[in-house]
Amino acid sequence: MTSERPTTLLAELTHRCPLHCPYCSNPLDLVRAEREISTEDWKRVITEARALGVLQLGLSGGEPLVRKDTEELAAHARSLGLYSTLVTSGLGLTRARAEKFRDAGLEHIQISLQDADDDNAERIAGVRSVKQKRAAAALVRELGFAFSVNVVLHKANLDRIQQIIDLAAEMGADRLELANTQYYGWGLVNRDALMPTREQVDRAFEIAERAKQAHRGRMQILFVLPDYYEKYPKACYGGWGKVYLVVTPDGKVLPCHGATNITTIAYPNVREHSMEWIWQESPLFNAFRGDSWMKSPCSTCERKCIDFGGCRCQAFALTGDAAMADPICTLSPHHHIIESALADANATTPFTYRKFSSEPQPA
Amino acid sequence: MLTATSIPSLWRLARVEYDDVRKRPVLLYPEGAVLLNDTGAAILKLVDGQRSVGDIARMLSERYNGADGADPTEILNDVTAYLSTLADRELIRDQ
Repeated sequence: MTSERPTTLLAELTHRCPLHCPYCSNPLDLVRAEREISTEDWKRVITEARALGVLQLGLSGGEPLVRKDTEELAAHARSLGLYSTLVTSGLGLTRARAEKFRDAGLEHIQISLQDADDDNAERIAGVRSVKQKRAAAALVRELGFAFSVNVVLHKANLDRIQQIIDLAAEMGADRLELANTQYYGWGLVNRDALMPTREQVDRAFEIAERAKQAHRGRMQILFVLPDYYEKYPKACYGGWGKVYLVVTPDGKVLPCHGATNITTIAYPNVREHSMEWIWQESPLFNAFRGDSWMKSPCSTCERKCIDFGGCRCQAFALTGDAAMADPICTLSPHHHIIESALADANATTPFTYRKFSSEPQPA
Repeated sequence: MLTATSIPSLWRLARVEYDDVRKRPVLLYPEGAVLLNDTGAAILKLVDGQRSVGDIARMLSERYNGADGADPTEILNDVTAYLSTLADRELIRDQ
């Protein structure tokens, strides 16, 4: 049991997506269309999440526009008072659908860009997409949505951060999220191909800091550092099972979108349980609440109330034990894993594109 | 930092909603939420992109006229500090 109330629900409506980005945060084992939960299931999930205290809803994927009921879910969320964001590649955002979203009361649309260089953007996405993204961005502006641009940063685009900032400003973004790649799922598979050097990160950080001031009051810029270059791990979403919930396309409920890699605890599912039970009672959500699960060095560390031992999903992915200290931490006995990953940052490795297991790799 | 003559407006991406789960008003914006107390909500209700910080403080002073601790200078300082904190987070814009 917990007295905490969640504030944010990320609804991964589908794993289907026209893009093949090699840093995708979706799991390697993508959920196929026939296993996706129904419109009615999603409505119940959103209603129950609001009753738990959720205020923010991310309609995400995969590409959420692949589903035909996304507008209906946005309208349902708005009727409950939620603030919703459509997290999209921009592909599939026709005028007709954008108008339906506006009429549904959707407030915020986030479009991903891969790079400011068109050829490289399409190489990263693994598909022709730049023209459609530009058209979608123009439509979002025209119809008056709050508009964010999100760019995942890595070795192959970090040196163009200034051009990326300029492009987002030219598109009229209200917010620009510059998020360095997190190494889970496909990102971990592609770590050598994506990991920037420290020099790249430092330079980009300085440019982003200057741009924050230059664009203040017009475009809000967020720069998320890559945790591999940090001394201490990040406090994942304010701690396990404290404010954040993810529901996957097949109805699994997780404390973090990286948690599908934790194979040692059963995932609760909305087909079998209420959101209330899942948040309060499920073994998964209770597994890493508080600090009694911690091992050395976290259990006696004065930072345990600050970062909660870091990310459980990263600890599991890199050490095989989700209760270990996040290896990002310089105090972790597994920190050498991070150091050797950084040593490989200069390697030239081809991308392994995100795809369903039977799909061919994009050219 | 805002002053008495600043004209604050709410970021166009943000809105105030009453959260009937937590039984309190909340400021919602992309990827974030600020839980408000009654004073914060009363201040934000008067932010309309027309009134100055001084106007808002004066209206609140009049409303609480006679109540304990309702010193107009103190209220102006509190309103300025409160809106400046939100301005630092880019949730309030100074026109």
